Amino acid sequence: MSLFDHVLSLGDNALILGQQLSALTGHGPVLEEDIATANIALDLVGEARLWLSLAGEIEGAGRSEDDLAFLRDEIDFRNVLLVEQPNGDFADTMARQFLFDAWHEALLAALCASADPRIAGIAGKCRKEALYHLSHSAGWVIRLGDGTAFSHDRMQQAVRNLWPYTGELFEADAGGTALIGANAGDIRPLWRQRVADTLARAALEVPADRWMQGGGRRGIHSEHMGRLLAEMQHIPRSHPGARW
Amino acid sequence: MTAVVDVLGWLDAVKDPEIPVLSIIDLGIVRAVRQDEGQVTVVITPTYTGCPAMGVIAQDISDTLRAHGVNEARIEIALAPAWTTDWMTERGREALRAYGIAPPVAGTCGALPASVACPRCGSARTGLISRFGSTACKALYRCDDCREPFDHFKCH
Ligand SMILES: [Zn+2]
Repeated sequence: MSLFDHVLSLGDNALILGQQLSALTGHGPVLEEDIATANIALDLVGEARLWLSLAGEIEGAGRSEDDLAFLRDEIDFRNVLLVEQPNGDFADTMARQFLFDAWHEALLAALCASADPRIAGIAGKCRKEALYHLSHSAGWVIRLGDGTAFSHDRMQQAVRNLWPYTGELFEADAGGTALIGANAGDIRPLWRQRVADTLARAALEVPADRWMQGGGRRGIHSEHMGRLLAEMQHIPRSHPGARW
Repeated sequence: MTAVVDVLGWLDAVKDPEIPVLSIIDLGIVRAVRQDEGQVTVVITPTYTGCPAMGVIAQDISDTLRAHGVNEARIEIALAPAWTTDWMTERGREALRAYGIAPPVAGTCGALPASVACPRCGSARTGLISRFGSTACKALYRCDDCREPFDHFKCH
């Protein structure tokens, strides 16, 4: 992966998850969670703007953050498959968020040491927000997992269903350390520890590592991605240059 | 020639559009003002990455400087070091409290205090209602004495 692809991947993860959470605005299970998902979505879209702007600058072809978000096709998106998995029920949404947050915060923390001040600057800024997201999603994994028999089963099922998408988070990218200052593979122990601790407090089992899905970072996405992009990109593609 | 100290004074009149009692100086987002050969540069840092107020604030800075005859103003966004509520002034904290928002509690960043002094009655018998609020920077609490809900500006 080139530096452009790495930065694009950071932006696409935040963009796609932010888009997914935005779709819950007005549909949260309770008012407080409706506000929470909208706020987390806002943070993630804000983060995506920073990474995509930087990606455009690195590429040097004059593409803006908007061009990259709205005018690329599915095969050119570099996000991991985890973030494009459906919102499902609230357990699915929170399990996805927790598995992502535990990884996202650790990755941003590692990127703070990047030799590239632009990367370190964005990472340092966004890490503070990611830490708050993590405490929120971990709290829900624990409340639902250690709640009623019904909520426990739903959360356990959600974690089990999403587990095959966690392997891709750590796919080794040999050039990562040299290009951006961190290699996703190196943060696996911290992520494992966080997930094991929270799932233990939630009275949930850590699923066994079996077959892991992959491909998102190479542009090979799941069936959910096309519909998601169609909704996200529809206005700018149907009305190029539209403003309000 | 425009003196830096004058610019800082003018910028004190630029308010956070979502919390109009708080100037951008009190908020701690003005990181530097430079003056080179007639060109004034104001360096600001965003609060939250997705905060929609930042665009409005940048526009308000340009408008304010233009109103004082500075037409060559440049606004530079610096991400590092990342903004922290530790940079909020004492005057800003008092203005928040008077406006009904409990100011940030140092040392509670990334988490939330179990109880925050009520900005209306001062009671410590308060509790969290919602970790997120009407804007990215706030959480919602309630007071068990005066029975009113109130916003808390989170430590960040
Ligand atoms: Zn009170």
